[in-house]
Amino acid sequence: MSDLLTLTGITKSFGGVKALKGVDFSLARGEVHALLGENGAGKSTLMRVVGGEIQPEAGSITFEGRSLTLTDPKAAADLGIAVIHQELALAPDLSVAENIFMRELPAAIAWGKLNRRARAVLDRMGFELDVRRRVGDLAVAQQQVVEIAKALSRDVKVIVFDEPTAVLSSRDAQRLHDIIAVLRASGVGIVYISHRLEEVFKIADRMTVMKDGALVGVTSPQTSTIDDVIRMMVGRNLSAMFPKAAHRSIGAEVLNVENLRRGMKVRGVSLSVRAGEIVGLGGLVGSGRTETARLIFGADAKEAGEIRLHGKAVTIKSPLDAVLAGIGLVPEDRKHHGAILDMSIRINTTMARLKPVVNAMGFIRRHKERDTVTALGQQLRLKSAGPEAPVSSLSGGNQQKVVLAKWFHAGGDVIILDEPTRGVDVGAKTEIYGLIEELAAAGRAILVISSEHQELFGLCDRVLVMAEGELRGTLLPDDYSEEKLLALAMTQSVAADHAAPLDLPAHTHQPVN
Amino acid sequence: MTQSTTVAPVAAPRRSFDAGEFFRRYGTVCIFLVLVLGASFESNAFLSDRNIMNVLRQISGTGIMAVGMLFVILTGGIDLSVGSILALGSVVSAIAIDAHGTGAGVGISVGAGALCGLVTGVLVAYAGLPPFVITLAAMTAVRGFALIVSDGQPIMMDDDASTVITNFGSGFFLGIPDPVWLMALVFVVAGVVLGFTKFGRLVKAIGSNREAVRLSGIAVPRYVMAVYVISGALAALAGVITTSRTGVGSGVVGVGAELNVIAAVVIGGASLMGGKGGVINTLLGALVMGVIANIMNLVGVPGYNQQVCMGAIIVIAMLLQHGSRWFKR
Repeated sequence: MSDLLTLTGITKSFGGVKALKGVDFSLARGEVHALLGENGAGKSTLMRVVGGEIQPEAGSITFEGRSLTLTDPKAAADLGIAVIHQELALAPDLSVAENIFMRELPAAIAWGKLNRRARAVLDRMGFELDVRRRVGDLAVAQQQVVEIAKALSRDVKVIVFDEPTAVLSSRDAQRLHDIIAVLRASGVGIVYISHRLEEVFKIADRMTVMKDGALVGVTSPQTSTIDDVIRMMVGRNLSAMFPKAAHRSIGAEVLNVENLRRGMKVRGVSLSVRAGEIVGLGGLVGSGRTETARLIFGADAKEAGEIRLHGKAVTIKSPLDAVLAGIGLVPEDRKHHGAILDMSIRINTTMARLKPVVNAMGFIRRHKERDTVTALGQQLRLKSAGPEAPVSSLSGGNQQKVVLAKWFHAGGDVIILDEPTRGVDVGAKTEIYGLIEELAAAGRAILVISSEHQELFGLCDRVLVMAEGELRGTLLPDDYSEEKLLALAMTQSVAADHAAPLDLPAHTHQPVN
Repeated sequence: MTQSTTVAPVAAPRRSFDAGEFFRRYGTVCIFLVLVLGASFESNAFLSDRNIMNVLRQISGTGIMAVGMLFVILTGGIDLSVGSILALGSVVSAIAIDAHGTGAGVGISVGAGALCGLVTGVLVAYAGLPPFVITLAAMTAVRGFALIVSDGQPIMMDDDASTVITNFGSGFFLGIPDPVWLMALVFVVAGVVLGFTKFGRLVKAIGSNREAVRLSGIAVPRYVMAVYVISGALAALAGVITTSRTGVGSGVVGVGAELNVIAAVVIGGASLMGGKGGVINTLLGALVMGVIANIMNLVGVPGYNQQVCMGAIIVIAMLLQHGSRWFKR
């Protein structure tokens, strides 16, 4: 196999954070090369380099034996490199045919010709799809087909699939693999990013494993097992960042959730958290953890499920209901959902419980509020220019402390934290862990969502693992290992196969309409 | 008074004078002062007591509506129906004062405006429909109501019944026209509400980051609805002032008034994205609009040219305020 594409020593930083640290990667003609690693390992960043979307600071790219620089996505597309992202880049209001030939639409469209050519592309892939249909009306799996057809409408030599099967049922995934087999046979080089290791082992010729922006190694399904690969993906830097509270006694059950459901994202989740207990919710990004938290908090409407607090059923239809019932949420997206960045620390801190700082007439009791916020700021060791400073003037860690202070002030019994230390420096992380311990020690029931496994292990009394909208298992402290967590998070369940299949027309020759 | 003064963080690298920040904050004041200065050079009559009172009286309606509009814009919304509600307020007040006396008449009129605001408010806040379209629909429908109620005719009041209201319209207290006092009262109350109450805080917070406020357990729709009620009530109040000045209720007044009102609020530095804006700057914005119209009249700019000039001056005001972007780069 001759190398089609070779990357050597690719380095890229984003604002001081090294996302890629001298990564090597090569792809041969007619090869399916899987790129594996945990969330944030740098896989997608590397493929954005291949697609010309970002330019590396160091390293070289060789394509068909010629050294080159990819200045923009168009340069990559002109060479025959196509990257199919997780988020599909389609125009929902245009037809299938228009989308397939998006890059080369003529000023005046000859519909007959365009539709004929689109049909020809789909035929080559072995799919039947009405090319006149509006893309927005198609199922996700069908949209994916359009995206692939778009790539194949030109002379394509390299295709990158970034988690193509994440949204597909296993039947549709199988069809995608059939397409990949055809492409492979015709000499196209294929990069395949996926968290589903079983399917990777089925279709990949080689596998490159990355961790923390660096290359761990290259292997193949013939020479390694799934366990070997998981071991390669997992790091070994256990840290002593977790201050265990001296005595945290775990009491009666506070939060009980039964059979929570919403679409494909949350499919029958049941869990419980006791007073003084910190329960982790682990799994991969997109496994339904954030959605579960939002359902418990009433931020989204649930299709089914029952929530009990202290054994009593509560009706939660909005965040207001949740806050009144005593549930707090520190959202994943601090800047858009957690804090009002333009407003002061004072205003942000008291937002979830204004009653103590407002008099009967609705006037704010400024001195009382200021004192409350100042005291909380000291308790949380908040570094700021005072309660009047806008939250936007704070560092990430201190912004997060303001969001935490909001729930310290609101004083509910249940606090859900979604990625509480994302974008927070190491020092502030330790402080936030301490605060979470403090909340638990005060008898609150804590649910923590995190994609950093060491964080879950360091902080939680037990860790529930989610995948594809379901709970896949529980890890107790004796079982804490990233291998075990990933094994639960990345193996396919039987239930997934029973999921409603997306109506993807296959090789049958019946027109869909 | 109402703006929370932000303490500059020590670490942030800042020049001693940040022109962009200065204009963002004091742009409206600067524009106002420059206009007044220019106007007094252009015409000797401009600074006369009589002319100043005239300007103030003319902006009293716009100013009152601008307060309601400020609340709506702070939440990130817009209310295009205020001109039509003004007309409804004018018609209803003339009829109701004639029938039920001044106090009840004014109350009924303001209530009718509030009701209009309630309908748009419910549609925007609870049904989640876009405020631009909903208030545009209300603009048409309410104008129609005003014309139906008045049968398309000016509504004359009985002389006895209208004495109190027309005295208010043409009267002075301490040398200042009565409607100007009413406008001042509205501004003071609004300033207190925005600066010192839970309601005012939440209105601003919703415009700043609606989702964060919702996820703090605040019943956001309730507050969004309320600002449209306030805007409707104040627009009808402006209609009462119109009636008080002419002694006639009319369904054709206030056509295009919403644009002047929005211009006043925006010249006052409010952001149409929500969250930013204050009462004092809104008053200045209304004054700027009034002064521009006045000076063009004094200097004798023809009517059509006035419209072009007005448009140009609004653009210049915007360029000055948003200059911060270019100063920073």
